[in-house]
Amino acid sequence: MQDQTTPPLPQDHNKPPRKSAYIGRAVTRLEDRPLVSGTGRFVGDMDMPHQLWARVVRSAHATGRITGIDISEALEMPGVVAVWTSKDLGDLPDIPFRATRIEGLGPYTQPCLAKGRVRYVGEPVAIVFAEDPYLAEDAAETVFADIDEDVDPILDARAEPGEFAPGISTAPLTLTKGYGDTEAAFAEAAHVVELDLAIGRHSGIPMETRGALAAWDKGRERLDLWGATKRPHWNRDRLAEMFGLSPSQVALHEPHVGGGFGIRGELYPEDILVCLAAMRLERPVKWIEDRREHMMAANQSREQQHLIRAAVDAEGRLLAIDETLHHDQGAYVRTHGARVADMSIGLLLGPYRVPAYAARAHYRLTAKTPAATYRAPSRFESTFVRERLIDAIAARTGIDALELRRRNFIASDEMPFDRQMTALESDVILDSGDYVGLLGKAEAFCGLDALRTEAAGRRARGECVGVGLAYFVEKSGLGPSELVRLTVQPDGSIEIVTGAASLGQGMETAVAQIAADTLGADYRACRVIHGDTDRIAHGWGAHASRVTVMTGEATRRAAETVREKAREMAAALLDCAPEGIEIDGGVATCRTSGASLTLAEIAAALDPVSPRRGDREPGLAAEAWYHNKHMNYPYGAHIALVVVDAETGRTKLDRYWISYDVGRAVNPAMIEGQIVGGLAQGLGGALLEEFRFDDQGQPLSVTFADYLMPTSAEMPDCQVQILQDAPSPLNPLGVKGSGEAGVTGSGAAIASAIDDALQRPGLVTRLPVTPQYLKARIAEYDAARAEGSE
Amino acid sequence: MKPAPFTYYRPTSLGDAAQRLRDGADEGALVIAGGQSLVPMMALRVAYATELIDLNALDGLGTPRVEGDSFVIPTLTRHATFHDTEAAPAPLGALLHGVAEHIAHYPIRQRGTFGGSLSHADPSSEWCLVTATLDGTIHLLSADGPRTVEAADWSDGPMSTTREPDEILTEVHLPLLPGNTLWGFYEFNRRAGDFALGMALCVLEMDGDSVVAARIGLGGIEDHPRRIPEAEDALVGQPLDAASIGAAASAAMQAVDPMEDTTTSAGYRRDLTGTVITRALEAARNRAPAPAETA
Ligand SMILES: Cc1cc2nc3c(=O)[nH]c(=O)nc-3n(C[C@H](O)[C@H](O)[C@H](O)COP(=O)(O)OP(=O)(O)OC[C@H]3O[C@@H](n4cnc5c(N)ncnc54)[C@H](O)[C@@H]3O)c2cc1C
Repeated sequence: MQDQTTPPLPQDHNKPPRKSAYIGRAVTRLEDRPLVSGTGRFVGDMDMPHQLWARVVRSAHATGRITGIDISEALEMPGVVAVWTSKDLGDLPDIPFRATRIEGLGPYTQPCLAKGRVRYVGEPVAIVFAEDPYLAEDAAETVFADIDEDVDPILDARAEPGEFAPGISTAPLTLTKGYGDTEAAFAEAAHVVELDLAIGRHSGIPMETRGALAAWDKGRERLDLWGATKRPHWNRDRLAEMFGLSPSQVALHEPHVGGGFGIRGELYPEDILVCLAAMRLERPVKWIEDRREHMMAANQSREQQHLIRAAVDAEGRLLAIDETLHHDQGAYVRTHGARVADMSIGLLLGPYRVPAYAARAHYRLTAKTPAATYRAPSRFESTFVRERLIDAIAARTGIDALELRRRNFIASDEMPFDRQMTALESDVILDSGDYVGLLGKAEAFCGLDALRTEAAGRRARGECVGVGLAYFVEKSGLGPSELVRLTVQPDGSIEIVTGAASLGQGMETAVAQIAADTLGADYRACRVIHGDTDRIAHGWGAHASRVTVMTGEATRRAAETVREKAREMAAALLDCAPEGIEIDGGVATCRTSGASLTLAEIAAALDPVSPRRGDREPGLAAEAWYHNKHMNYPYGAHIALVVVDAETGRTKLDRYWISYDVGRAVNPAMIEGQIVGGLAQGLGGALLEEFRFDDQGQPLSVTFADYLMPTSAEMPDCQVQILQDAPSPLNPLGVKGSGEAGVTGSGAAIASAIDDALQRPGLVTRLPVTPQYLKARIAEYDAARAEGSE
Repeated sequence: MKPAPFTYYRPTSLGDAAQRLRDGADEGALVIAGGQSLVPMMALRVAYATELIDLNALDGLGTPRVEGDSFVIPTLTRHATFHDTEAAPAPLGALLHGVAEHIAHYPIRQRGTFGGSLSHADPSSEWCLVTATLDGTIHLLSADGPRTVEAADWSDGPMSTTREPDEILTEVHLPLLPGNTLWGFYEFNRRAGDFALGMALCVLEMDGDSVVAARIGLGGIEDHPRRIPEAEDALVGQPLDAASIGAAASAAMQAVDPMEDTTTSAGYRRDLTGTVITRALEAARNRAPAPAETA
């Protein structure tokens, strides 16, 4: 492991170090105690008196017309309180998605229970409410939906589109982006390299499945929901709209969460049904997803096919890229709309200078579980595609793959670099970066020359060993806004309330470090309150590596205001000039007299009824907003050393290195944890995990025996290098996000290493590289090579 | 993932268990041993039991013993028993140890039983492979009394055996192995602890450099593990060298009728047959289990 402490900021050497210098230190996580001592409270741990249990009846057919649903037997069963189908839902609207400027998705939203047609296996068609979960499941088993399979399911995004509904095509839209004259570039290119690539369908599989507990306070007309995290305020507002309530009548609460990864905490049919039932049946209602349901009901992700072409000059410089992708959205548009497809083409170019670009993303509906974002959405996919392309150009031109990257990198003095495109409706302006510099550091960090020598030596002895590298640009700090309220309590503890959410990523600690560092307090005195709509009016949740940037900066601002209030009050009390007050370790000291007061004492002096307060605003507290229109762009490199068993086609990761520039590392140990954990998911997507369907649209991966998650035995030794060479100019701390860094480059680096191990450039064209795929692909490749076409 | 309703019965004598099973088998009573296959199947509602007859309170079914030239494995013997190389006399003990390591994961091996594995009869069951390769004998008991089945007659299709629904598997008898035995095992799977995609066990009697008797068992490829006589014939009378190993592997590849499923083609399994047999024989030649690729 690395030295856990990143270099401190330049300090005045005549002064003793500050006790509260927390930013940049690998301090212990604040949120771990309940999680490691078994005292966490997950939604599954929560029960309420008189609660009912819900069980969803799911479609066994991928597509078809519903001709009848027989609920009579279930209604008769002991302990069953209600059974609903779509006709019981009245005018309950479909599940909304986050509005963007992209139009045309309106007709494709999902009803909470299938209306008229089913469109994927696992789609909710009915729901049973019973006194306990066993009875609910017994009853659900007796509910049968008669489905007339009137059309064949569409299972390939490149297939001829069909009808989603009469007159409504399964091809709602094609997004386009680009600039420059690509045609001219291709006409004058020395080389044109074209690849046809695919990424398999997989997703975040949190250890804790989804769950929801809803309660309706009939007297006060208030709805409470525990469980749906990630975007509590957005979810609250949508639920209020759907039920015709005011947002002030709905409260969402975030319990502990066993993993989110982007897929958990969106509004799903079950969340809405549980709330509706709590209101109608006037009893609390609980639903816990089981693993099999999760594998066919929770958002899936990643499945795209890319046809990409590059025009290159004789020196290997990119002249243009042309990209056509087909995005397999599955059966409905979910809360993300078309964001993954949009980002896939908007962020595809990564670190390279590309004079002309033309891209189109065909967004297609198919008869599969709907898709949305999963950790590093679009970047895992597009990094695979782009880095495969760069490797292919290297192979074609005979230029070393690293040298080729260097020739095409955007230089640090070109930053900020405006891509002249948008992604997520935000202009893509690369804020800062030293791409060449990081590549050099990454090479040194893993000892690339020695690795290549080692791999060649092992190959000479008959092993199939290879080294692969992928370079990537991430994005983080998506706004638009975040609000923080920071209060020093009379006991000296510091409460920080934010509308951001925690999915286990360590945000409580990072926010506490920033607050304590700015204020001059002990970070362990901070209590970070998050994910509770009752505690704060606004919030944008936890996704896309935004919390440390957004909540972090709002916290810094609030802490600064509180610090100034504290200094002013302390100065008055200690009879000292405010500039002479220094706050550190929770104590304000007058530099001249040496007299001091604790933050608790200062807070007491600012109590509303304190005579010492004078005309000052009561309370040692402040609120601060941070608004941010632009994302920032951290970047890094993955280097994989793999061993392939050529006879069986199995790939094993031997060793792995990740170098990553995070701008400013608030807590290096947590960043390293994020990155190594991310790699586990990346290697899953690269080698193991895939949601597969048969030709009737039946899902084939609904248990952990068929959907293979990596285990500790599959994880390689992974070394992480955290760099801070390019702080973001967009926020004063310079921080960028790190949640995706371990995932993004992994598919590309592993693919490249497999090519190298088998000495077949361009071998891997799809993920995951399963043994079966790899063996078949080697045979195909060798046959094509014999014919002279590969 | 909640099982459908069932009743639970915990007999304390084998006779009582057999009678109870006789009474309930027609309706769907099942015995439960380690529960490592049955419980998840019931939770997924792909298996239903009207009654579970729990064998775990029965005495004397958990510890293997030697009887004459047989090694007797009572049904409740846990997989983990063979974490100990000396649970059976050499060289059988080392063989059972080397195989047991590939069954599932450590916690599952603490509960899962030898008899449960044979009854469940997964095509990739290591214990089914061992029993088939060594021509073990399976002992059953019903309310009518005991019966034995030879390993070669045990399977009658994928995950299906010739055990009657009212019979309880009580013991499996394996032959003790002579000192001049060389054995080798190789298993291929995608992740540590997964069921094998393909595996081979070879047990060879040597006279000097020459193979005098050969048993080659193959699992995970066809719908149940079995010996492959064509591969065995290619070895007998030969030195154990690259040529004979290659001949045995290609004989097996021609002899098998591999399963085909949505993930894995018959062709892939046929290739794998050659690989696992080659690697198991090489492991035998090295007088040690193959370097555990996935242990
Ligand atoms: C994640 C996982 C991985 C696994 N990997 C492997 C693996 O790699 N290799 C492998 O072989 N197994 C594997 N298993 C299965 C495991 O070895 C089981 O323990 C074994 O298959 C069944 O044994 P059991 O004692 O648990 O039987 P149970 O689950 O109790 O019963 C299984 C079936 O056998 C019947 N049965 C059990 N005992 C008797 C008896 N004495 N008489 C008549 N019928 C009986 C039951 O009625 C039931 O139908 C795995 C299991 C899991 C959960």
